[in-house]
Formats: sequence, C-alpha cells, structure tokens
Amino acid sequence: MLRKETNGEERRLNRDEEDEEEEENDRGHDAWERTYADERSWEALQEDESGLLRPIDNKTLYHAQYRRRLRTATAARIQKGLIRYLYIVIDLSRAATETDYKPNRMVVVARQVEAFIREFFDQNPLSQIGLLTLKDGVAHCLTELGGSPESHIKALMGKLVCSGDASLQNGLDLVHSLLNQIPSYGHREVLMLYSALSTCDPGDIMETIQKCKSSKIRCSVIGLSAELYICKYLCLETGGSYSVSLDEPHLKELVLEHAPPPPAIAEFAISNLIKMGFPQRAAEGVISICSCHKEAKVGGGYTCPRCKARVCELPTECCICGLTLVSSPHLARSYHHLFPITPFDDVAVSSDPHKVPKNCFGCQQSLLAPGKRLLFLLYVIMIRDE
Amino acid sequence: MYLHQVPTNFFDIFPDDVSLLMVLIDTNPFFWNSINTSLSFSKFISNVLAFLNSILLLNQLNQVVVIATGYNSCDYIFDSSALQNHNQKGESLLQKLEEFVDKDESLCRDDSVDGPGFSLLSGSLSMALCYIQKVFRSGPLHPRPRILCLHGSPDGPGQYVAIMNAIFSAQRSMVPIDSCIIGAQHSAFLQQASYITSGIYLKPQLLDGLFQYLTTVFATDLHSRSFLQLPKPVGVDFRAACFCHKNTIDMGYICSVCLSIFCKHHKKCSTCGSVFGQAQTQDSSTPDRKRKTSVDN
Repeated sequence: MLRKETNGEERRLNRDEEDEEEEENDRGHDAWERTYADERSWEALQEDESGLLRPIDNKTLYHAQYRRRLRTATAARIQKGLIRYLYIVIDLSRAATETDYKPNRMVVVARQVEAFIREFFDQNPLSQIGLLTLKDGVAHCLTELGGSPESHIKALMGKLVCSGDASLQNGLDLVHSLLNQIPSYGHREVLMLYSALSTCDPGDIMETIQKCKSSKIRCSVIGLSAELYICKYLCLETGGSYSVSLDEPHLKELVLEHAPPPPAIAEFAISNLIKMGFPQRAAEGVISICSCHKEAKVGGGYTCPRCKARVCELPTECCICGLTLVSSPHLARSYHHLFPITPFDDVAVSSDPHKVPKNCFGCQQSLLAPGKRLLFLLYVIMIRDE
Repeated sequence: MYLHQVPTNFFDIFPDDVSLLMVLIDTNPFFWNSINTSLSFSKFISNVLAFLNSILLLNQLNQVVVIATGYNSCDYIFDSSALQNHNQKGESLLQKLEEFVDKDESLCRDDSVDGPGFSLLSGSLSMALCYIQKVFRSGPLHPRPRILCLHGSPDGPGQYVAIMNAIFSAQRSMVPIDSCIIGAQHSAFLQQASYITSGIYLKPQLLDGLFQYLTTVFATDLHSRSFLQLPKPVGVDFRAACFCHKNTIDMGYICSVCLSIFCKHHKKCSTCGSVFGQAQTQDSSTPDRKRKTSVDN
C-alpha cells in the first residue's frame, strides 16, 4: 500500500482509490479529503439525552441563526420586488463535468435548481421563471417564462449534455432580448450558475453589461469554481449579488438565498395597477371542457370571471381572454415578505431558577434540561402574543 | 362505501395509523352566550370529552393535546402524554379549563387585534404548530400530527395575515387542519385552511349530535382517511375583499408594489403610497412609507 507525504503534512490514510485520484491532482489534500484525514470530523459528534447525534460545537448553528435574524431585521422596511421574472442560466460547458461536486457539477446544479424552483414558486406565487443553458459558446432557451413549476422541472430532469465553452455575453444577450417583452411592473432578474473559469465572447461584453444595466435587469451570479472579475463587475453594475460556493451544502444555501424577493432597486420599479381575476372553484360534480387541456373534465377547476372559461390550476393566465387569475391565498403568501414577523430576542441563561418558567409557552417543552439546550429553547419563549 | 382515491401523495409516506390530535376549543364567552349557539357549553364539553376518550381508545399510542382559544389569550388545557395525567384525565382537563376561563376574563387587553367578540384563533394555531414542531424534532418515530379546530366565533379580520401564515406553515409541514364549525355561520378562514392543508371542513346541521359527527368524520387517523368517503370541500370562496370597501370582488386591480386589492382604478395606492404609472421618486414624506435601496448600496 502506498503512502505519500506532501510538504511534511500528515500521512495519508491507506486507501487505494485515494491514491489514484492523488496522482491526478498533485495539490495533495482536496478540501473534502481533509475532513477525513486532518480534521477527524467523527470526533466532533456527541449523543444527547435522547440518543440523537448532536455536534459539540453549536457555534456555527448559532452564527447562522444570528445572521438570519440580522437579515430579516434590516430588510423589514425595505420595499421588495414581489412580481419577479427570473431567468436561470445554467452553465453546461466542459467545466460542468468536473467531479469536485459528486457526481459532477451539472447533476448537482440541476438538483439544486429543482429545489430552488419549488421554493421560489412557494414564496413568489405571482412570479415566473425561465431556464437557459450555455453550451458550445451559444445560449439556448431550455424553457420559456412560465408560472408552473412542473414544466421547468421536467425539462431539467431530461437529458442534459455538457460540452464546449461558456459564453457570458451570449447568455446576457439572449436574456436581454427575452426580458424586453415583459410588462413594466415586473422585476427582471437573472441568476447565473457559472462553473467555467473563462468566457468565450463574440464582442465587447462591457457593452452588453451596460445594455443590461440600462434595461434594469438585476444579474446575480453563483460561481462554482473560483471568483471571476467579469462576474463581479457584472453583479456590481446591475445591483445583483455574487457568491462562490465551497461545497454542495454551501451551494444549496447560496441558491436558496435568492428565493425570497430581493430589495427593490430605486428607479427600477414602475408601480402599476394590474388587473387580476379571482375565480371561484367549481362544485365537485360539474362537467365542463377545460381550456388548457382541451378535453372534458369532471369537477374541480376554476371559472375565469371575465370569459367563463375553465382552467385547471391557479395561478395562471386565462388562455381565452388573457386575464391573470390568482386566488387570495396566493397573494397572502407574499404578505409575510411585506409584514415580516419581529425577530426573536436572544435571552441569556439566567442563573436564578425562579425567573425561568418551567415549560416553554409555545410548545410546553420542559426548560429544566441542563446545558446548551436551554439557550436554544429560550428563543421560543419570546413569542410576542399579539 | 367505496374506495375514494385521495390525489395527494403524502399519505403514502407514513403508513402508520398513530395520530397526535391537537384540539383547539373556542371558549369565547361572547360566542357562547349569544343567540348563535344551539348548544350549551357544558353539553359541548361533554361531547368533546367523550370524543377525546374514543380517540385515546382507538390506539394505545394515540396522543391528544387540547388548547383553549380565548378572546384575550390561549393556553394548553390538556396533554395526554404528560406524565402526571395517568389517572383522572377528565377532571384535570375540566379544572384547567375553569382556571383558564377565569384568567382569560381577567386579562383585559386593550390592544387586541380585533376586539372582544372574536377569539384568538391565530394564537392557538401558532401554539399547536409549535408543539407539532417540537414533536417532529423529537426523533424519527413520532405520531402523525393533525389539528382539529372546534370554532364558532366569527372570523376576526385583523388576524387574517397571521392565520394565513399559520396555514402556509401547516401546509409545508404537511399537517392537515380539520374544522368543525359549531356556530351559525361559515368561517371563510377555516374553509381556506382546510382546503389548503387537505383537511376536512364540516358544519354539522344538528349540533345535539356533535359526538356522532366528531367520531364519524374526525376520528380516523390520516392513513385510513384514504379509504373513507369523507365530506368534500364545497364551494371554497377564494375571492378577495377589496381594501377600499371590503366588498368581495371577483375581478380587481392589484398594486404591483404592495399587492393591495382595489375594485376600481385609482391614481395612488392607499397602502404604500405609490403613484401608478410613474417611477418612484426618493422623497418620503411620511415615516411609514417603505424605503427603497439605491443601486449604489
């Protein structure tokens, strides 16, 4: 069995497949390998009273909660763009076949985008998504702008092939021409998942970036390999956010950060009154011809208030008269962005046992358990009863 | 009875038939003393107690938690899994209920969202969901939770946002909200709650037979519901109410900034102050107006 020493670092464990991979990259330890070789992550686990695993160090958990609280507190009085038209641009160049994300970057990105699409429509029911791919130096439209998650997810789960180079400029050009057609009250956004380390452009990308900036398109990029100056410049100019992911859980966190509505940029939002219909749900036994599938259906369905056509699901646009049809729960889903709950206060553990109540007010969990658990449960105490 | 196919797939995830039932009882004295009830509170409680006993008899591992919905506060009345309740279950529930009603009356809330005629359904729904979250975090083997609202008070419009938030979080955790209306009029909030979370909504015609309605419709666990023909949702009203007149409308105008609903075309949104048709300027004359971030931030 081979053993290797790199720059006097610790010895590798004796595993054959690791040796083969090590021959390919002479950087030595990869980040994911270091967690086994150097850091011994299994020693960081501990069992709590009920036999469930719990990490010793809760600092990262609390830090993440603290950051989330800060974010909601500062964003409370800022206007958000609620009606969003978002294009997701997926890089399917050669760089997406890299295996640093298991099994390869393309599969991981497709998985995360699927989860993102579901979360996005959950939080923004009135918005629409479209999918684009960058392959062989050209941008292709995978799906059109639509409000139903199933069609996008079906296209994502289909066969995706990676080849060639990624062209940032062609992607931006295509997005620009597609987003020009949307109504003026919508917020135009692009989310690029960029794996490549270069871009292969036919012209001057700075011109394209200025064009996107003047069309008020907010471009955000999530890089999978390393930070690129051109992506950083693009995001800075258009007001988006640029981040580079370290591993798959971090990628998931970064992608899902784009699901809640972003702050609205001044001068971008032309507020308008949009005419919408609130259809009634038909009774269970009614038979009618559905306008989206063009066949007779029994029960269920909604009737457009303007042209009385039957549609199967909401939110949608009536095929006959073009009226946007929503239901009041869809609007209500966005209210928690408009009226966010006040963040909870972190209460320090008091040494006086009489001050702390025996049970949590919200869930009746016993608060007398010792240790770090008490701190976590005290969050729940401060539910404002209003 | 024939097989009734339920189109959702979450029934297939946990085929177990152990349930955790959270019962939310409306104790609003304004409702119970009004002419809208055909049932007295004591008869109602005896029906509910018999129903809770039958739930606990159905399966040894079933759990029942009762939360009382007052008009000033909400509190836990009974928890069948609490260790001190092995004997005298009914007595402890009645005693705690009496204490709660006295405490609720003594709390005089001037800043309540709706006023004294309405009960705090949003509060008790939130508490039930907190308890359910605690159960979810207690490990992989837990009973399947559901919420049953026994409600009679009218819908408080000030609680709309809070109730919708509770409904959406119940939907995400896949917790059905069943409703049994013991008052005279239908509750639009609970109709929407049961529709969105795939629960059952029922307004019994004869309240004297409440126990029979409860046991035939609401007693079955979630796994067995796919085999039963249960009351289907009829005519859930999803129409919105316009912000200017509070009329229900089926076609209206939505402000693209704050999603307020209007029945007629206006020049300016009354909720957020946006002027329609032009880009926003930076001045904010009222402190309430929402600010926008600028590009240079």
